Amino acid sequence: MASTLQAQETDKPEFYLTEDHHPEGSTMLGFWLYLMSDCLIFAVLFATHGVLGRSYAAGPSPADLFDLPLVAVNTAMLLLSSITYGFAMLQMERNAKAETLFWLGVTGVFGAIFLGLELYEFNHLIHEGAGPTRSAFLSSFFTLVGTHGLHVTFGIIWLITLMVQVSMRGLIPENRRRLMCLSMFWHFLDVVWIGVFSFVYLIGVLG
Amino acid sequence: MFGNNTLTEFIFGRLSWQAIPYHEPILVVTFAVVALGGLALLGLITKYRLWGYLWTEWFTSVDHKKIGIMYVVLALVMLLRGFADAIMMRIQQAIAFNGSEGYLNPHHYDQIFSAHGVIMIFFMAMPFVTGLMNYIVPLQIGARDVSFPFLNNFSFWMTTAGAIIIMLSLFVGEFARTGWLAYPPLSGADYSPGVGVDYYIWGLQVAGVGTTLSGINLIATIVKMRAPGMTFMKMPVFTWTSLCTNVLIVATFPILTATLALLTLDRYVGTNFFTNDLGGNPMMYVNLIWIWGHPEVYILILPAFGIFSEVVATFCGKRLFGYASMVYATCVIMILSYIVWLHHFFTMGSGASVNAFFGITTMIISIPTGAKMFNWLFTMYRGRIRYEVPMLWTIGFMVTFVIGGMTGVMLAVPPADFVLHNSLFLIAHFHNVIIGGVVFGLLAGVNYWYPKAFGYRLDPFWGKMSFWFWLIGFYVAFMPLYVLGLMGITRRVSQFEDQSLQIWFVIAAFGAFLIALGIAAFIIQLVVSFLRRDQLRDTTGDPWDGRTLEWSTSSPPPDYNFAFTPVVHDHDSWYDMKRRGYERPLAGFKPIHMPKNTGTGLILAAISVAFAFGMIWYMWWLAALSFVAMLAVAIGHTFNYSRDFHIPAETVTATEDARSQLLAERT
Repeated sequence: MASTLQAQETDKPEFYLTEDHHPEGSTMLGFWLYLMSDCLIFAVLFATHGVLGRSYAAGPSPADLFDLPLVAVNTAMLLLSSITYGFAMLQMERNAKAETLFWLGVTGVFGAIFLGLELYEFNHLIHEGAGPTRSAFLSSFFTLVGTHGLHVTFGIIWLITLMVQVSMRGLIPENRRRLMCLSMFWHFLDVVWIGVFSFVYLIGVLG
Repeated sequence: MFGNNTLTEFIFGRLSWQAIPYHEPILVVTFAVVALGGLALLGLITKYRLWGYLWTEWFTSVDHKKIGIMYVVLALVMLLRGFADAIMMRIQQAIAFNGSEGYLNPHHYDQIFSAHGVIMIFFMAMPFVTGLMNYIVPLQIGARDVSFPFLNNFSFWMTTAGAIIIMLSLFVGEFARTGWLAYPPLSGADYSPGVGVDYYIWGLQVAGVGTTLSGINLIATIVKMRAPGMTFMKMPVFTWTSLCTNVLIVATFPILTATLALLTLDRYVGTNFFTNDLGGNPMMYVNLIWIWGHPEVYILILPAFGIFSEVVATFCGKRLFGYASMVYATCVIMILSYIVWLHHFFTMGSGASVNAFFGITTMIISIPTGAKMFNWLFTMYRGRIRYEVPMLWTIGFMVTFVIGGMTGVMLAVPPADFVLHNSLFLIAHFHNVIIGGVVFGLLAGVNYWYPKAFGYRLDPFWGKMSFWFWLIGFYVAFMPLYVLGLMGITRRVSQFEDQSLQIWFVIAAFGAFLIALGIAAFIIQLVVSFLRRDQLRDTTGDPWDGRTLEWSTSSPPPDYNFAFTPVVHDHDSWYDMKRRGYERPLAGFKPIHMPKNTGTGLILAAISVAFAFGMIWYMWWLAALSFVAMLAVAIGHTFNYSRDFHIPAETVTATEDARSQLLAERT
């Protein structure tokens, strides 16, 4: 016993690094955590829709309101924009600045078409008297879909900012990291939209 | 184009001279005191030419230590505001008998209890906890800063902006009269048409941004920035509890944000989420807010558990008993805190099976908490206990918290809860665990880590005075409320009929007065310690014979925390280093890579206040303008690519040499 203690006392391991310590970058983890927190906001909105989705207050129901072909086109736009964002990232890996910018631009256009169709739909509903104040169902519908739309809007503003920054400074590490974050954000919005399409529109129309 | 009225309405929204409460003498006096105090403070800062110093060294600083201190300063200021509310309530309830209205009308009284709860939870306890985590966690894990230093500064200013919005309601308009969680339909547009609930909503939303981001920041820091060798099971317990707390923050504050956003839509747009008509469901709000609200109390108590664990191990000179069980208990509490929220409203009537489920999960939480209590006791058992001030707070906590925990288990029994729901028994219970747990923990933490942050200890005499006044004051103030609660008195009542109750309220008011002395003693402690700082000076950096890495560096630590990154072999790593003959490196320093200061966080937060003010008073132009300005500043900030610099090796050498000299003078 005494000898092991002795051994421990004399055993002097290294207590500090003499070289610079470079911890792994935290940005991706941090951004992922942000996305998960955002996901919870959507979770609350989905849950709210789950509770209030049938509270029509003697007003219109999803089957009366939703134009599924339009929503299908809309969904296609957003899914395509995710694919084109993927292309942009592939080009970024090849270090091809012009091609990256091109695909980012295409992504932005698809995103804008998506938003345009959504605004058209909202406008149409409100003019039919099915605005967010009509019933709890419509409140939760407009809030859930609208929150997603707001996210896409911010995504597009961010996309334009990044396009300016990439064209100014090229595909430097900072810009690559930012493009990676926006990529995660954009695909996340896609996943959320698939939830919206399935649970709000499809199941809603099924009644 | 505009008539005179419409133009005024366009510019000022619903803000008018009537919003200024000059007819309320209490508020006028408060305003005079705040204004004079504020002017005196600003005058002194200008006189001593401190603005430049404050701006460059503090406000724009991205150093986690300075941000941590600023958080604690914010918390102490808000403690005074929240406590002023508390003592006003205690005096009102002690005198409003026999047909007397007391000195506060119900309109005013309702604002006071709402503001007291909001301020104490969101702007006292939260910044206090966040401040300590900010200061200590990077030091405990051997890091030079947090993962996202700019975000840290931004988070702090957003929290402060939220506090400013709440404070504004005192002098411009009014605060919510709904209780601290603003249940609809009372908080809806029909029943609370004024600005009170809007102040509440926007204050919390702005501060919530800061809280969520600081949670993300600290998780990333703890997961990614630990010193080499520090595996998860070698992390100090305070870091562990901080990790769990921040997981809870990131996993619950978005729920609060979304819930308040839905309430905002109900109030501003006229949607029907929580209304009584058109399909709305007010109980959904109550469910959602408590899905955030219950984990919130664990957000506050877990770091306090961490502080007690550090204090017990240090002042008993022993390894913490049951480190692994402490970690597992923390994680179990973290998970269980999510599946108990319904115990806040058993009376909703969700049926016996649902109530039984939530009652049982609630009682199960007392198991890991009890395990922790025994771990602390076994650490003390046969330890060489030093009764320094942090240890006194810890012992006071252990006794008080157990009582609070047991009354909590009583409330967790649904049939008992039907009797005790919303009674003063509940008020006594949660003050018992929040004061006895969180506040005692924070004060233990301040006494424990103060020498680390400022280089001198806090005066022990005034610390002990503060402790005894707080402890005795707590019992005198809240035990009567248990009695009153069992007699069926409900919360949030401003006047009473039954003369026989008065004595209990008078005793409680006396207890609040003792707590006031405890707070005063704490402030005196800070002042006296500052004046006696030369006698209380600690040059070693390790005044308590500590066990974790924060004690291995100087007090206060240099900007870069550690000249060389430590390598960890044990969970009491500094104790391990001392035991095995660690020698401080004296040469070979290298330039250190650090983030640059920036004022963007403060600017964004200031614009948020303007935005919130515009939204609250329906000054739409101001809200729109501030929103655009916020976007512009945020985007502009991303165009700044030069965000870091190197501390030259000579500066590091000079700093470290100065410390060597101090250490040499001591011996």
